[in-house]
Amino acid sequence: MSTIGSTLPPYATALGIHIDREEDGMPVLAVDFTDRMMGRPGFLHGGAMSGLMEMAAVAALRAEMERRGENMRLKPVNVQVEFMRGGTQQVTYALGNVTRAGRRVALVNAEAWQDDRKKPIALAQMKILLSPVDGE
Amino acid sequence: MSEASAPKSLHDLPPGSVFDPARAAKLMTRHGHGGWLGLTYHAHGTGWMELALPWREELVGVAETGVLASGPIISLMDNATSMSVWALCGKFVPHATLDLRVDYMRAAVPGRTVIGRGECYKLTRTISFIRGIAHDGDPEDPVAHVTGTFMATHGTYL
Repeated sequence: MSTIGSTLPPYATALGIHIDREEDGMPVLAVDFTDRMMGRPGFLHGGAMSGLMEMAAVAALRAEMERRGENMRLKPVNVQVEFMRGGTQQVTYALGNVTRAGRRVALVNAEAWQDDRKKPIALAQMKILLSPVDGE
Repeated sequence: MSEASAPKSLHDLPPGSVFDPARAAKLMTRHGHGGWLGLTYHAHGTGWMELALPWREELVGVAETGVLASGPIISLMDNATSMSVWALCGKFVPHATLDLRVDYMRAAVPGRTVIGRGECYKLTRTISFIRGIAHDGDPEDPVAHVTGTFMATHGTYL
């Protein structure tokens, strides 16, 4: 299952985003609170939080495609992010959930939380275009 | 709520302090996520603010192509739109991003600096409404379009 981890891009690695564990075959991403993740002093940056959730959404979709044995190129169409709580100086987790993946487009939700799983700090909903890697 | 991105020194100021966009953006690039991204001041006017995001290998989302990840674009737009609010009300009001929607119209060209233009088009006492675009040279051919809202957390915009 290490193939999922190898798909994390330079941006994720540079921020310290990594795969913490898997839940039902879906990767749970985690990132420590560092200066690179900080917006207002002492709090997570909204964009960094969004970036983490986007990585989780894409990783979940890749895992789903892998499970189906499909080799697809993913192209983000849009993302809607809701910020619900300030992220504080602790580890942040994110997990994506593939709501619907058809042949051409996928809708993936992701949420981010810290010490309390039941109190997410942010939600994201992402639409991703799918195209077969081998030609049309 | 995401604590909106602003320079350290600004947050030491009392809410309602006069907002100097160029100075604020300069300070912002020294610390935290904005500093790591390498965001710099580009231009501003009443109700709008432009920041620049120079391309860098570390910010790439697809290693094979060199295309920037979407995360840095969101952060660029979060910061530019956040500051456009203060550029409209003329003072620094601490606020938090409530929501942000980003449409990715095309991939930014590898190697090119991306300019984020944020615009605040409506202020109420506690909510600001923003929109903006990101482009890599031609504002008529944007890479992304954003809309969103912020909420004042200490004091009011009006």
